[in-house]
Amino acid sequence: MRMKKYTRTHEWVEIEGKVATVGITNHAQEELGDVVYVDLPEVGKEVKKGDVVASIESVKAAADVYAPLSGKITEVNERLETEPELINKDAEGEGWIFKMEIADESELSDLLDEQAYKEFCEQK
Amino acid sequence: MNRTPLYERHIALGAKMVDFAGWTMPLYYSSIFEEVMAVRKSVGVFDVSHMGEIVVEGQETVDFVNFLVTNDFSSVPEGKAMYTVMCNEAGGIVDDLVVYKISREKAIMVVNAANIEKDYEWIKTHSKNFNVEVRNVSDETALVAFQGPKSQEALQRVVNVDLEGIGYYSFQWGRLDGESVLVSRTGYTGEDGFELMMNAESAARIWDTLVEIAGAVDGKPAGLGARDVCRLEASYLLYGQDMDESTNPFEVGLSWVVKMNKDFVGKEALLELKEKVERKLVALELSGRRIARKGYIVLKEGKEVGTITSGNFSPTLGKSIALALVSRCVKTGDRLEVAFPGKNVEAHVVKKPFYRGSVRREA
Repeated sequence: MRMKKYTRTHEWVEIEGKVATVGITNHAQEELGDVVYVDLPEVGKEVKKGDVVASIESVKAAADVYAPLSGKITEVNERLETEPELINKDAEGEGWIFKMEIADESELSDLLDEQAYKEFCEQK
Repeated sequence: MNRTPLYERHIALGAKMVDFAGWTMPLYYSSIFEEVMAVRKSVGVFDVSHMGEIVVEGQETVDFVNFLVTNDFSSVPEGKAMYTVMCNEAGGIVDDLVVYKISREKAIMVVNAANIEKDYEWIKTHSKNFNVEVRNVSDETALVAFQGPKSQEALQRVVNVDLEGIGYYSFQWGRLDGESVLVSRTGYTGEDGFELMMNAESAARIWDTLVEIAGAVDGKPAGLGARDVCRLEASYLLYGQDMDESTNPFEVGLSWVVKMNKDFVGKEALLELKEKVERKLVALELSGRRIARKGYIVLKEGKEVGTITSGNFSPTLGKSIALALVSRCVKTGDRLEVAFPGKNVEAHVVKKPFYRGSVRREA
């Protein structure tokens, strides 16, 4: 079963079985503006929920990307090395940043659904 | 936070607003890079009403302005403007500015937004021995920059002066939408273009017209983000970043605006400083796409030689570029390193400017 969740630190997480695909939300992309560089994590790295796993630099600022869940990085979007602007063009599609293997499924309950994330953004 | 007379227009255009030097200003409308490309290929329309305008009027206007600034205002003809800096007694840069010579008895000094109050006090204090009146007209004045290779073609449709006849750094009074505007061939983007000074009340109507005529040639409104990228690509300095009161004109490559054949505030200090210039502002091209931010340390063969003053990603060149204030031993072609958090990135010293646009050179 496929489902899409969100974090309070503006990552989106698409979960399919044991694998989560992660990127930053369209809202976050709009806030950052033109992205010029993405520092990708290493494949194979074990991360804990809340760790900084990647960073994104835009003309305006640098922003950290946090692990939405604990687990192991299994794949990174290498296209971002030469086309970081994919994050502006399609943040929640072709601009995905990394995939990870989920270690602890109980952490999924901390993530927000689309409606809750929308409300979270509106409150800010 | 201060708002320019065009605030409502920016909101209506969906601008991303930011606080800058005490002003709420548009950072971008669509995307910084798209707006840069509009300026480089067609026209960008910038609200720069946050800049300050200080009027000097009276019999001794020319002598007084000449005493305040380092460049020679006495040799500027009426109808022309001059880029210059004002220095303090120690030779530090109080501000960089453009002075318009309206007549022998009237000048308008266009100063940086963050410095309006400081400059106004500075100018007033020094005016006591001169027969002049000094007024801060910033609140009642709006300024719009219309910049890009298609700026003349587009603007000529709506303004009643012959733009071809306005040389670089010259200006004329004209009418646009029935309103009086001062049209000058000046700008801060490296492209040919104009700056239009007008009364605050007429700004919104004129802005709408300018945005419309820009749109007809594929131009668009552009925000502070694009302005900063364009000025850096053209290697123009930004006060508060690349210079301030702790730097002198010789260090930042502005010796061309210092004229020692006249008297001015700071002259004595500058005569001494000229003999011992130890730093210089250089242009760097970085490896990779990361942006060098102000304050990052610059190294040569492992030794600290200076700091980054401005950095950005240049969409025009597809490279990360920066200005750095470094020891004078650094030379064009040198391989340096910039200390990013956790990692050094290679950089090379290149000749300024990074990018040469359509800006006119001839007067």
